[in-house]
Amino acid sequence: MIELLLDPPLFLIYALLGGLLIAIIAAPLGVFMVWQRQSYFGAALAHSALLGLGLGLLLSINLSFSVILVSLSIAVVVHLLKAYSKLSSDTLLGILAHSSLAFGLILLSLQPQAQLNLMAFLFGDILSIDQLDLIFIGLLALGVAWFFKRHWQDLLNTTLNAELAQIEGIQTQKVQLYYVLLLALMIAMAMKMVGALLITSLLIIPAATARKYATSPEQMLGFSLIFGALSVILGVVTSLFWDIPTGASIVAVATVFFMISLIHRR
Amino acid sequence: MTDQPLIQAKHIHHSFDGKKVLHDISLTLQPNEIVTLIGPNGAGKSTLLKILLKLLPASQGSVWHKPQLRIGFMPQKIHIDDALPLRVKRFLELGLSRDTQKRNDTTILQKTIDTLSIQPLLDTPIQQVSGGEMQRVLLARALLRSPELLVLDEPVQGVDLNGQTELYHLINQIQQQYSCGILMVSHDLHVVMKSTHKVLCLNQHICCSGHPQAISTDPAFQTLFGEGYEEVAFYEHRHDHSACEHTHD
Repeated sequence: MIELLLDPPLFLIYALLGGLLIAIIAAPLGVFMVWQRQSYFGAALAHSALLGLGLGLLLSINLSFSVILVSLSIAVVVHLLKAYSKLSSDTLLGILAHSSLAFGLILLSLQPQAQLNLMAFLFGDILSIDQLDLIFIGLLALGVAWFFKRHWQDLLNTTLNAELAQIEGIQTQKVQLYYVLLLALMIAMAMKMVGALLITSLLIIPAATARKYATSPEQMLGFSLIFGALSVILGVVTSLFWDIPTGASIVAVATVFFMISLIHRR
Repeated sequence: MTDQPLIQAKHIHHSFDGKKVLHDISLTLQPNEIVTLIGPNGAGKSTLLKILLKLLPASQGSVWHKPQLRIGFMPQKIHIDDALPLRVKRFLELGLSRDTQKRNDTTILQKTIDTLSIQPLLDTPIQQVSGGEMQRVLLARALLRSPELLVLDEPVQGVDLNGQTELYHLINQIQQQYSCGILMVSHDLHVVMKSTHKVLCLNQHICCSGHPQAISTDPAFQTLFGEGYEEVAFYEHRHDHSACEHTHD
């Protein structure tokens, strides 16, 4: 097992690279998810991705593509419904999450070959990452970096008080929509690695751990990045050593960090 | 050019789901003018405010802003989640214009901090700031862009008369220092800031408007509260009762 780490095969390098990129993407998206109390939104998007899989199989188009498409549509629908509906956003999210999950399951059950995709969808398989995935994740990382370089402060002000931000000249609706779309893209792409059930934890656990040590929003981002990256590296390595599912072991490591932060005195 | 109004609203009507909340409201805010908008709960004060600030499009009517109008806004309250680590100083810095931030110019920030005497609060996490202190912090943030119009949404809500006097004193001082117009919303139907030029009483439509009377000279008030409330004034409602159904207790 040691020689596996000393002379790593290509799939391992891909897994670590992909994982690190996802951790980097997750950090800014995750801190805002925590600040805006949006964790349920992440979960809803992850659930809805099953519908993406089902549709992709039905229409026999690229699965990553159909998952991304459905995630983006759900994100836009939630964003619009929030403005027009009387129901609270967690009710709307609950409806969308579970109805799309249900339709997804129905679509999948009508197609017998779907059976083998289900486990990978729920728990991910980081070791299956290929070059194309890496390119996509890399592009998304660039997009996220560009967005936050330009709009970090705008989104922060929108989070603090949307009306105040709007009066100060920020296009709050637009900035928030971009954020939500990036979140949907991230979730759709990370699905392959950590699985639908674990994605939200990758977004919020490092951010929650970082809260304890940060005194400014930027510090929280920095710590969140460190905890996320460490969780990915240690998670991938432990999953190789003990032959456990990689997604689960990444989240487990992140949780250990969180628990340490809870008892740790500052 | 200085005579150009800051905001002009013409024949504003607004309804939510077919329920009328604002009926035919026209008003003009002039530079340097202090206007207090009063009205009972449900009178449509916050809706009108949002429409005037262009946060909400009116169902009918038009709102005109002076080009490049700089507005400083003090929200009624602000809730910041505990999960967001933020100190008062950073909160204020986030309110600076991009331009000021780029130039790394701290003079405006320091000047505002001094005006509101909030220097000791700067390193405090924003969630630990008390209600009265938070009002000063929010007022400071509203001033950071040297506003031509300062909009205060119920600034004295939950503050006792003593605190109100103090806050009004501060607002007066600010108004003179910055020579800005002020639009203030209050649900107190009788006691307003003394230097208010115009009081608008709203109950879906503008019931009455006028100039407040100095309260400190009112002997009845003095016997009731003692002296030292020179910043507040009494507003006497003169309704056309055929048009206005509400009563003031």
